[in-house]
Amino acid sequence: MSAEQAAGVTLTGISKTFGDFTAVQPMDLSIPQGSFFALLGASGCGKTTTLRMIAGLEQPTAGRVMLGDRDVTSLPPHRRPVNTVFQSYALFPHLSVQDNVAFGLRRRGKKQVHKEVEDVLELVELGPLARRKPAQLSGGQQQRVALARAIVNRPEVLLLDEPLGALDLKLRRQMQLELKRIQTEVGITFVHVTHDQEEAMTMADTIAVMNHGRVEQLGAPAELYESPGSAFVANFLGQSNLIAAEISAAEGDELVLRAGDTKLTLPRDRMRATSAASGTKVLAGIRPEKIAIRSRSDEAAVPEGHNRLTGTIKDASFTGVSTQYVVASPWCPELAVFAQNVESAAGLTPGAEVVLHWNPAHTFGLDGDQDADAGTGEDAL
Amino acid sequence: MTALAPPPPAAPEADAPPPPPPGGRRKLTPYWLLLPAILWLLVFFAVPMFFQASTSVQSGSSGEGYELTWHWANYTDAMSEYAEHFGRSIMYAAAATLLCLVIGYPLAYMIAFRAGRWRNVLLVMVIAPFFTSFLIRTLAWKHILSDGGPLVGALDALHLLDVTATLGMTEDDRLLATPLAVICGLTYNFLPFMILPLYSSLERINPALHEAAQDLYAKPATVFRKVTFPLSLPGVVAGTLLTFIPASGDYINAKLLGSPGEQMIGNAIQRQFLNVRDYPTAAAMSFLLMAAILIIVTVYIRRAGTEELV
Repeated sequence: MSAEQAAGVTLTGISKTFGDFTAVQPMDLSIPQGSFFALLGASGCGKTTTLRMIAGLEQPTAGRVMLGDRDVTSLPPHRRPVNTVFQSYALFPHLSVQDNVAFGLRRRGKKQVHKEVEDVLELVELGPLARRKPAQLSGGQQQRVALARAIVNRPEVLLLDEPLGALDLKLRRQMQLELKRIQTEVGITFVHVTHDQEEAMTMADTIAVMNHGRVEQLGAPAELYESPGSAFVANFLGQSNLIAAEISAAEGDELVLRAGDTKLTLPRDRMRATSAASGTKVLAGIRPEKIAIRSRSDEAAVPEGHNRLTGTIKDASFTGVSTQYVVASPWCPELAVFAQNVESAAGLTPGAEVVLHWNPAHTFGLDGDQDADAGTGEDAL
Repeated sequence: MTALAPPPPAAPEADAPPPPPPGGRRKLTPYWLLLPAILWLLVFFAVPMFFQASTSVQSGSSGEGYELTWHWANYTDAMSEYAEHFGRSIMYAAAATLLCLVIGYPLAYMIAFRAGRWRNVLLVMVIAPFFTSFLIRTLAWKHILSDGGPLVGALDALHLLDVTATLGMTEDDRLLATPLAVICGLTYNFLPFMILPLYSSLERINPALHEAAQDLYAKPATVFRKVTFPLSLPGVVAGTLLTFIPASGDYINAKLLGSPGEQMIGNAIQRQFLNVRDYPTAAAMSFLLMAAILIIVTVYIRRAGTEELV
């Protein structure tokens, strides 16, 4: 299984409408050859439709689908060198595991399939179950048959439509690592659709965050997490505190923001708002784990130059590895803080007056015109 | 959560034996539920079968009455005398079953996968003929097939009657009183019995399987051959049995649409019972028909190999 045959996918101006409903807005997307690419978004964001257009199971309303430098837009699914792992696995119930896996090879006229089937079942560790019917397998085993059935054909691109959605948490973690291992081993371009941000971040090299039929932001997992480009991305990938503020001054490489009577600074290159003029409304963002929490009486110990906010603890929940605090501050009613349980948290109980502080380099700035709650709550699931 | 949850109901029963009074009654429940069906089978199937069996080995005459004499010759006589009727019944029923499958499969497929919101309307239309009696529907076919009628005229103009005549299915440029007429009547009357089981097995097929097959390089025809058809086999087997079994015992179609030359075993049994009143021969013929159907069906199910069905 060599990497030479893997191809990248290029979508140009692709869109899909069903009647009045626009599932995918016109968009361009380039998926590099050999990469593990995730399409991440809430249900109904158009990620599965995008995947189905690459597979040929859905005809785009407009735009083109290219595999490598080949235009496949008008090819029916059976003539495209891509394979899909379906959400419900879609294993053929009347065929044994080995016949399911051999299905694609046989359709392409291969007579001697035994060796290849055996090898791929070895790869997914299902060798001894080759003669079973799908109904006699567990969910995780069925999932691996679906994967084997697709990769045995050595497709140029492998499409995964929420393949781990039906598995329980522990099995899902295990399969995530296994999928990643297999991808590295076979070198095929993987396009993975998921609504689970943690799954996308664990597995993918590049993530495209989709919202309402368009790509909101595209980048490496760490890049998306550390400098989200919109409130939706900031909230959908992990958790963020977004504080309404306005720009008050620019000092060298830093911007000074004002939230009420509190001064916050952030590096100029971490500001995503289009204008940096004084008075521009922005959202100052900070991840909960980047914030340190101290009792008000300890305020003197806060390092010089840190951003700081004062407030009262509303809620504290111990989760083992960390304690999660909800802090009410005059400028933001619910600030989330994750504190590692390294030092004693004496005095940090609900009602306590605290000071929150963090390194300004961790602050990110977003355009102030958006809904600070986008991508949270039910909206995200 | 925990405070509101009721105590786990299954836990105590798991290791401790269930308390005797409700447990004992619960054990008997399945038998009580089976009782009506068992009584029904006993009174209307097992008992008549027993009398039939004893009648089939009696001898005597309709004038002086019949006596149980273990007269096995009834069977051999029936077999030699009515071999032609038996053959015709099996042949006509088989031909009608095949026609039903050929007509019914595309229709069931269309209703299951392509009908969208018309699905229920189409299903009602499939069973709509049942709102009139079997007899009236067959009499209507007598008109459709009648000599000098539009159907005969059209087929004649297309020279199709010559084709069927060479096959021995029609004679003298007419449809009525030919084997074709009887087969057509049987096909028409039993078509819903084919379509409904086919539909229900097709409808259960997950459409994602079609997509998966296409995704794995199967052309549309191959998707059908390798996925759709094999998965619909339980419906094919059920439909063919539901058509073939009653069709081979039918006598109305042969009586109304055929001539004496198209008589089926059902007609012969009816005449022996009601006209000649030779009850032993008629009973023997009935048992022979039953045996023939049982053998054919057993061989067929073995061949079709559908573990899912049986």
